[in-house]
Amino acid sequence: MQKYSIFNLVKNAFSNHENWDLAWKDPAPKEEYDVVIIGGGGHGLATAYYLAKEHNITKVAIIEKGWIGGGNVGRNTTIIRSNYMHDENALFSEFGMNLWRKMSQDLNYNVMFSPRGIINLAHSDAQMNAYARRGNSMRLNGIDAVLLNREQVKEIIPMADFSENVRFPIFGGLMQPSAGTARHDAVAWGYARQADSMGVDIIQNCEVTGFDVTAGKINGIRTSRGNIKTKKVGLCVAGSTNILAEKLNMTLPIETHLLQACVSEPVKPILDRVVTFGAGHFYISQSDKGEMVMGGDLDGYNSYAQRGNLPTLQHVLTEGIAMMPFLSKLKMLRTWGGIMDMSMDGSPIIDKTHIDGLYLNCGWCYGGFKATPASGWTFAHTIAQDRVHELNAGFSLNRFSTGHLIDEKGLGTKTWIS
Amino acid sequence: MLHIKCPYCGMRSQNEFSYGGDASVKRPELNKEISDEEWDNFVYNRKSLRGKHLELWQHLSGCRQWIKVERDTTTHEIFNTYKADEEIS
Repeated sequence: MQKYSIFNLVKNAFSNHENWDLAWKDPAPKEEYDVVIIGGGGHGLATAYYLAKEHNITKVAIIEKGWIGGGNVGRNTTIIRSNYMHDENALFSEFGMNLWRKMSQDLNYNVMFSPRGIINLAHSDAQMNAYARRGNSMRLNGIDAVLLNREQVKEIIPMADFSENVRFPIFGGLMQPSAGTARHDAVAWGYARQADSMGVDIIQNCEVTGFDVTAGKINGIRTSRGNIKTKKVGLCVAGSTNILAEKLNMTLPIETHLLQACVSEPVKPILDRVVTFGAGHFYISQSDKGEMVMGGDLDGYNSYAQRGNLPTLQHVLTEGIAMMPFLSKLKMLRTWGGIMDMSMDGSPIIDKTHIDGLYLNCGWCYGGFKATPASGWTFAHTIAQDRVHELNAGFSLNRFSTGHLIDEKGLGTKTWIS
Repeated sequence: MLHIKCPYCGMRSQNEFSYGGDASVKRPELNKEISDEEWDNFVYNRKSLRGKHLELWQHLSGCRQWIKVERDTTTHEIFNTYKADEEIS
């Protein structure tokens, strides 16, 4: 593989950049693989990469129905954080933060990781207390957390509404300084390029149509481009998990819902942090191109549509304008939607299943992007060793039966209101 | 914007309604032995169908009645609406 470096950049300049290698190949599916990963999104690509890198398993195929990076890894709001209270989520996400910090070097691909910090705003005394508790929990788990008062928040984001007569005055906020953003597409492409260079086959435009399961063991998959034999299959298909689960006669604690995001026209730099509204569900950051990147609530009913509905967008942006009134002057550049695998406690599932050789990676709700490296790393471990790693031991499928839920928000099973 | 026909009030905008989830989920009958698996299926496990989906909505800013809506989860087309206790053939 050609290394991306200043030396190669200069060298290729002499041939008008016409002789760069393809970043990854476009192979036809082989008859058999050691591991087949279904889903060529961030998690699937990362899993294949860590299977090759950490476990030396390179006879791996990634089967993608469309094109790689075309799902939620290309549709998110690029936020990376580990500001969780519960141990399972906190330790897992913080492990991921360490992978994010060295990802560009690791992948030889600039993922533009920008640890600019995230501020969760608080709008009441009770919320300040709750954030103090969450911040303390984070610090006990070795994660940086700073509780800010109103004046401190005002210093960092003076463009927010600090006037006296607002419905939700800003009391303060909880900040994780090491959180940030990254270039989402680069994450998918970086993992794809490295996985491909280590021998992983990235097979696009290939839909999985069925599974070959005999005597409780997986023997292969059926696809639109022929049958593939394999003893191990990893599912990384986010919002399409239930569709594939149905082909396996499995019913999962997951519902598929639609989440929208949007960007404004590009403007000059004004916001250098990620900020979330505490009295509703709205988050915002500014991209390197200058667009304000915004998102919030789910559309609120089961959906596979991958396109949103205006009432939710209006609701979300109303919150945005309440928090930062200058937003009302901006024009909307683009809105889009993606389908989320909403789990019944808001936490993911990375586990083995009752079918031997079938592994499950799902339930990311709308927190999947930041989890990409940690998810790939732990899922690769689970597949390669046929046992869960201690980092994903809590994300078991049977926690719903045993009562060991990881309900960060305490919302229960109403996935559409989370 | 979805337009939902409330069986009591007629066609209304989505903004008047609140979602209540999969209407095909049945609570296990209380007067018989109930297995853990049955409880799991009632509380947590969902088919999350792509296509026709029978779901509960409440006409929260209207008559406040719970209703059933048969809707396509891909196109968002609404085929039919029913009263909550209506038998659906």
